[in-house]
Amino acid sequence: MAVLEVKNLGISFGGLRAVDGVTVAIEKGELYGLIGPNGAGKTTIFNLLTGVYRPTDGTIFLDGENITGKKTTYINKAGIARTFQNIRLFHALSVLDNVKVGLHNGHSYSTLSGILRLPQYHRTEREMDEKAMELLKVFDLDGEAGLLASNLPYGKQRKLEIARALATGPKLLLLDEPAAGMNPNETQELMKTIRFVRDTFDMTILLIEHDMKLVSGICEKLSVLNFGQILAQGETSAVLNDPEVIKAYLGE
Amino acid sequence: MKGMKKTTKDHLITFGLVIAVYIIVQLLITTGHMSSLMQGLLVPVCTYSIVAIGLNLCVGYLGELSIGHAGFMCVGAFSGGLISKLLSETVTNGILLFVIALAAGTLMAALFGFLIGIPVLRLRGDYLAIVTLAFGEIIKNIINVLYIGKDGRGFHFSLSTPVELEEDGLWLINGAKGIAKISRLSSFTIGVILILICLFVVYNLVNSRSGRAIMAIRDNRISAESVGINITKYKLMAFTISAAIAGAGGVLYAHNLSTVTATPANFGYNMSIMILVFVVLGGIGSFRGSIIAAAIMTLLPELLRGLYDYRMLIYSIVLIVMMLFNWSPKIKDWREAHSLKGRLGKKTAKEAE
Amino acid sequence: MSFLTYLINGISLGSVYAIIALGYTMVYGIAKMLNFAHGDVIMIGCYAVFMTMSMQSWPPLVSLIFAVVVCTALGVIIEKIAYKPLRRATPLAVLITAIGVSYFLQNSALLLFGADTKSFTSVVTLAPIKLAGGDLIIPGTAIVTVLACVVIMIGLTLFIKKTKAGQAMLAVSEDKDAAQLMGININGTISLTFAIGSGLAAIAGVLLCSAYPSLSPYTGSMPGIKAFTAAVFGGIGSIPGALLGGVLLGVIEILSKAYISSQLADAIVFAVLIVVLLVKPTGILGKKISEKV
Repeated sequence: MAVLEVKNLGISFGGLRAVDGVTVAIEKGELYGLIGPNGAGKTTIFNLLTGVYRPTDGTIFLDGENITGKKTTYINKAGIARTFQNIRLFHALSVLDNVKVGLHNGHSYSTLSGILRLPQYHRTEREMDEKAMELLKVFDLDGEAGLLASNLPYGKQRKLEIARALATGPKLLLLDEPAAGMNPNETQELMKTIRFVRDTFDMTILLIEHDMKLVSGICEKLSVLNFGQILAQGETSAVLNDPEVIKAYLGE
Repeated sequence: MKGMKKTTKDHLITFGLVIAVYIIVQLLITTGHMSSLMQGLLVPVCTYSIVAIGLNLCVGYLGELSIGHAGFMCVGAFSGGLISKLLSETVTNGILLFVIALAAGTLMAALFGFLIGIPVLRLRGDYLAIVTLAFGEIIKNIINVLYIGKDGRGFHFSLSTPVELEEDGLWLINGAKGIAKISRLSSFTIGVILILICLFVVYNLVNSRSGRAIMAIRDNRISAESVGINITKYKLMAFTISAAIAGAGGVLYAHNLSTVTATPANFGYNMSIMILVFVVLGGIGSFRGSIIAAAIMTLLPELLRGLYDYRMLIYSIVLIVMMLFNWSPKIKDWREAHSLKGRLGKKTAKEAE
Repeated sequence: MSFLTYLINGISLGSVYAIIALGYTMVYGIAKMLNFAHGDVIMIGCYAVFMTMSMQSWPPLVSLIFAVVVCTALGVIIEKIAYKPLRRATPLAVLITAIGVSYFLQNSALLLFGADTKSFTSVVTLAPIKLAGGDLIIPGTAIVTVLACVVIMIGLTLFIKKTKAGQAMLAVSEDKDAAQLMGININGTISLTFAIGSGLAAIAGVLLCSAYPSLSPYTGSMPGIKAFTAAVFGGIGSIPGALLGGVLLGVIEILSKAYISSQLADAIVFAVLIVVLLVKPTGILGKKISEKV
């Protein structure tokens, strides 16, 4: 069964049809790419999937559960985590604490035992520290755990966002332009990391990307979006050779 | 892990500082080196420190400006005062009576914080601030027309003209005249203990799972939602605890006076602003700073008598100058040029933790 | 008949709120900030009239013009010194500064003019109109206030629609960056907004004190907050909204004073503010603003 099943998804802002009739199914463990020109509605789809916007029509199923129109917090608990195109870290918290916020729902103790420093607090905090450091290691951020998130260089901030999203233990990870603003070396490294994440965590990943090298390099399947509608869909190589796609997206 | 140790050390310094000042003050009093005027200011300083700690939790960690915290202080003062007046004959132990009043006042302020927080926290920024102001004023207005009396026939409540009480009757809350003849149970020692308890609560809260959630919402609400944080729950939690602490300050305040009334000067907008000045001057997010600022800004005008009339004017200038100092691009450049920035930058980073 | 009298008083008070609300609504629309000190500018305007007209016996009109000049200058200076450096700062910092400025004006007035309440001589000399055989009296102040309010509303609407500076204000309120790219002088436009808002505040203050002739350093703060309520009520950024919100709020206040409780009238006005902000934060005539993700 598909991890994510989107049927006929659509939203209108005023008279504008920002997303129209989008149908996508993503299988478990797939690395799936969502591409399209600027303003095609890619980020809007992410916002619909994560409950930032309520769809005007269509349905979203996550692992068989209907999550259409649910709130963002609920959807994250149900199993979708994301990163943002314009990085949204908790800038005044440390790198470690950013990840620990991601671990919030997986590792729980009451506020009272936090204030009174009961044994449960110490035990859980220790677990959270270990788990968070493990995740930071994956992204080679363990050396910077004590730094403020806002003091990290740009590329590392993007990685920290992925680590924070992973900390919530999602079934599906949404990455919004993970390579934006990275140099070719960093992008290369990021591709490795994304593959590593997919393999070690057995993760299903949907990503928006402009960098064609990254898309063709790691995505197994693609959907091309144009004016809010799906223009083409399928195996990466087939889609990228589709004359319609070349015409609309890559330009002649 | 290193960072955690640093914050623990930082907290211990604050506790140590409060205790050290307490010991010094006690020494000064016993050796007769402190004027009665200054002694009279000790409990107010504790009161303002406590309310400032509460407000700092709201402004510095929740990231929302409340200009109605005097209202919560007012709720604490009146419900605490009411309880201790009611029980003054039953409970003869002063400390126990104060603890009961404290519990009542704090819980009542927490309840108000919770109930007011539900609608208020849906708003943001300017609108939230102005609504807290509105609630603060409403609380003050209602207490000024609130009459609670007791006589042979039982209790009497009224929100307008009071009923006639029987001869042995007693007004517990007498409208604009407030609560009279409250036992003066507050003392500097109790005040300091209360400060330490409040510090313990806020420091441990901020450095726990819930505290991280609160700060995450402050830093970025949308991404906090995206990692599954329940925004309403944690905002409400921070606001309620903040109100409860202000209420505890109110209880201390009420039991330092024989009569407590709700005037604009003590529970109005002016009080809220004064507390805000302490928070801003001490550093938004720094509880230690709030206490130091509350102490200095309360004692200094009294020490330098000539300054007393200019106290409020100084407060207002402090607010403007602090904000310009922290945010004005020109002043930022100037600070960088004069290499002060290194030190200040470190300080603000630490406070933000 | 008494109901009609209350209603007239309410409309008159509401007209004052509406004029003050214009200052809030324009500044909020353009500088995206709540100018907390606006109410205290009113108070300064009142003292300017009081000091010149009552103490130096200047003619009322000259006094009024003097007050408008003082307030306009004050508004512009406040913006330059306190708000302009904070344009890129967090909203929290701007709000705290505005509160500081408000407090500064109040306490400066306290030191300069004393805490005692001054009795203000009305600038309006128009005789009251008696209707229904003397049962219904419309005070001259009420007539002048409502007329002034209407004239100001029409004048301001025309100014914004017909003049280049007015169009610039509209553009800046829509999109500051785009307006700048179009060659609009942002600083000048913001200064102009503060100037107009503060100048109007002087007029509002004088009308307010003519109807309620007691003047103290705190005269401006409550009407200021109520006028902000009116601005939000009507829809922030909208001129007809300020008029509608102001008049509604004035009527609500006077009627609750008359029929519910004079002590709780302020609480009722604040309750209106709370309800409006919660139920329809965009106000009656406001636009919906959504957050970009």
